[in-house]
Amino acid sequence: MRYVDEYRDAGLTQKLLAEIRKTVTRPWTIMEVCGGQTHSIIKSGLDQMLPPEITLIHGPGCPVCVTPLELVDKAIAIASRPEVIFASYGDMVRVPGSGRDLFSVRAAGGDVRIVYSPLEAVEIARRNPEKTVVFFAIGFETTAPANAMAVLQARAQGLKNFAVLVSHVTVPAAIRALMDSPEVRVDGFLAAGHVCTVMGYWEYEPLAAQYHIPIVVTGFEPVDILNGMLTCVRLLESGRAEVRNAYGRSVRREGNVAAQAVIRQVFEMTDRAWRGIGVIPMSGYRLRAEFAEFDAEQRFPQVQAIATHESPLCISGLVLQGLRRPDECPAFGKECTPQSPLGATMVSSEGACAAYYRYGRRHER
Amino acid sequence: MCLGIPGKIIELYEANGMKMAKVDFGGVIQEVCMEYLPEARVGDYTIVHVGFGLSILDEQEAAETMELLRQVEAMAEEAGS
Amino acid sequence: MSDKVDLLSWTCPVPLRHYPTIVMGHGAGGQMMADLIRHLFAPAFANEWLEQMGDATVLAALTGDRPDAQLAFTTDSFVVSPLFFPGGNIGELAVNGTVNDLAMRGARPLFLSAGFILEEGLPLETLGRIVQAMAEAARRAGVAIVAGDTKVVQKGHGDGIYINTSGIGLVQPGVKIGPSNARPGDVVLVSGTMGDHGIAVLSVREGLAFETTVQSDTAPLYSLVETMLAAGEVHCLRDATRGGLAAVLNELAVASHVGIEFEEQSVPLKPAVSAACEMLGLDPLYIANEGKLVAIVAAQSAEAILAAMRAHEYGREAAIIGRVTDTHAGLVIARTAIGGQRLVDLPAGELLPRIC
Repeated sequence: MRYVDEYRDAGLTQKLLAEIRKTVTRPWTIMEVCGGQTHSIIKSGLDQMLPPEITLIHGPGCPVCVTPLELVDKAIAIASRPEVIFASYGDMVRVPGSGRDLFSVRAAGGDVRIVYSPLEAVEIARRNPEKTVVFFAIGFETTAPANAMAVLQARAQGLKNFAVLVSHVTVPAAIRALMDSPEVRVDGFLAAGHVCTVMGYWEYEPLAAQYHIPIVVTGFEPVDILNGMLTCVRLLESGRAEVRNAYGRSVRREGNVAAQAVIRQVFEMTDRAWRGIGVIPMSGYRLRAEFAEFDAEQRFPQVQAIATHESPLCISGLVLQGLRRPDECPAFGKECTPQSPLGATMVSSEGACAAYYRYGRRHER
Repeated sequence: MCLGIPGKIIELYEANGMKMAKVDFGGVIQEVCMEYLPEARVGDYTIVHVGFGLSILDEQEAAETMELLRQVEAMAEEAGS
Repeated sequence: MSDKVDLLSWTCPVPLRHYPTIVMGHGAGGQMMADLIRHLFAPAFANEWLEQMGDATVLAALTGDRPDAQLAFTTDSFVVSPLFFPGGNIGELAVNGTVNDLAMRGARPLFLSAGFILEEGLPLETLGRIVQAMAEAARRAGVAIVAGDTKVVQKGHGDGIYINTSGIGLVQPGVKIGPSNARPGDVVLVSGTMGDHGIAVLSVREGLAFETTVQSDTAPLYSLVETMLAAGEVHCLRDATRGGLAAVLNELAVASHVGIEFEEQSVPLKPAVSAACEMLGLDPLYIANEGKLVAIVAAQSAEAILAAMRAHEYGREAAIIGRVTDTHAGLVIARTAIGGQRLVDLPAGELLPRIC
């Protein structure tokens, strides 16, 4: 594939690794924010090829992993209703709530459908006027423009049977919360390339200045990750706490202005609970009041979580903050596997625990 | 977050009041919403996430960066590392 | 009016035209069912054994002049949805799937049975096209469908049609192929591009639909197997169906108590399959195939077997992908494109597209 294959070139990868090795003079801890980056790093084996001075820790950039348990339970309750067609991205369907997951709702006769684009969910609503279609609108800022457009389309088509269950989280507030936490020790960040494609990277400049950390906008393929890492290491070695763009083919400083306008039109900032971490102020989106008719939480007020409880064995929150590696969890690979996950970081394909398990890190302990 | 794949715009059209495109990912063609890229033209590459184009790929920037990275390669070889 | 099944463009035989869709009576054992058998199934599958029309079909001594030959027997059920997809339909899968299960033990497939569970309301034309496809596939595979059964379930209790086929084949003397026969030093081959079938089916599934030229690769593989056996020493054969290449390699590694290593980049992939996987966030190693096999062969035979495969219509893109080792027994390790290493684990469950 054009603009993909060349960023997986073995020769270029080796040379960039050599250059990083040459450049580091002391240990550095770098966090890659995005779950997609985590997945790419572990799957390609890049984490095992880094020089020992670099400690790579995996951040909370997994919207599936951080969706609050209450919301997953609510989704399951709504999906179980006979008048509902519940549409979702594939990622959410195996995330365990307090009792079960959306998949098992389907097994029990619920109508749960996987869609690739939120516009598909709108189309399902149009074709099934006697049912209520509820779409699980999860994601970081990257997915917000698409989810917002689905709401606008439903309004434009005059649909009365479409609603969204919103679980949007935003990155800058999460970085702030991590840096404010006394336990987290990160020297530099690789920012999420597709979040920044939408939002730009000007929001990170005050963060870099305040916390005196370099932040490098980074892509997803091995060459992109190494380019971001090399840039970050060079900034660290020269003591410069700046924001750089190492994914220039997709990201501009101002981002996608048209997408940001629609996000602002449909959503507003709100405090959000991050599963395993807690409430981070102004770290998410909710529907604006004028779109209340499309808000599934308001349409189904009677749906309450029955009993919300996390597995006591699950340390997802610590993993999401980079405080523990997945293979440091006592339940990893034993009580907790992708077949029987205890928490979201093991279910989501870009959750760190799932990535570690699937690509074999459990065998190298 | 965020699987975003580059594909080539082969057709632009309108549907349901939205700008749309047929995007070719190399033998697979998807209908993609282009509302967020009003300046998109046929022949451009776009990064697509959940059926929406989010950016036009800057091919010149990509070529320049690739050239810089390859120079790192060259310098590393010269230095004998 | 002809009461034979028209194989070019299926037209409903006259005695069946009163009922354009399947109704409960078609499975009730009476006149309607007899008509269905006589005017649809029997003409399509036509052979001397089926004409017996008994409760069971009597086959002559199968081993004939090879009393030391062994019989192989297998069964498989087909529940694919949608019923029709680019490159084929459930009918072809039902024949080739069972034919291939026999072929993977080195058995020449001879006879198949076909059991149908039809959902009330299934259009007769749909059934006719599927049966036509089965007849064609059976002819191409050199097997006869000699026994069958039909049941009808109420509307809502089936996905249109479920098919079960069981098959009998003859293993030639001296052929010993089995999942526990892999040995360190053996070479691992695949017979062609991976992931075609799964992507073809996904491309027409609601919610994910996309345009592609990818077609299902459903094919009968016994003649390819025969060619391979004549060219060298084959230890293991598996067709890479559900769970894809990854599932097969893991099963063989565990059954033989060996490790398997392969190069990700040497696995043949159609560019469109690769692109579809990137788009949906899927790994092609886990995607189903219906006309591809994985072989583990003695190292000294590898080149000869590969050449024989490439000369065969179902092995044109065959490739060596890796080797069997005596380290990390039971595990499958891949060398990635950038020169790293990753474990290729058993698939977790149903393959889901992802956005992250």
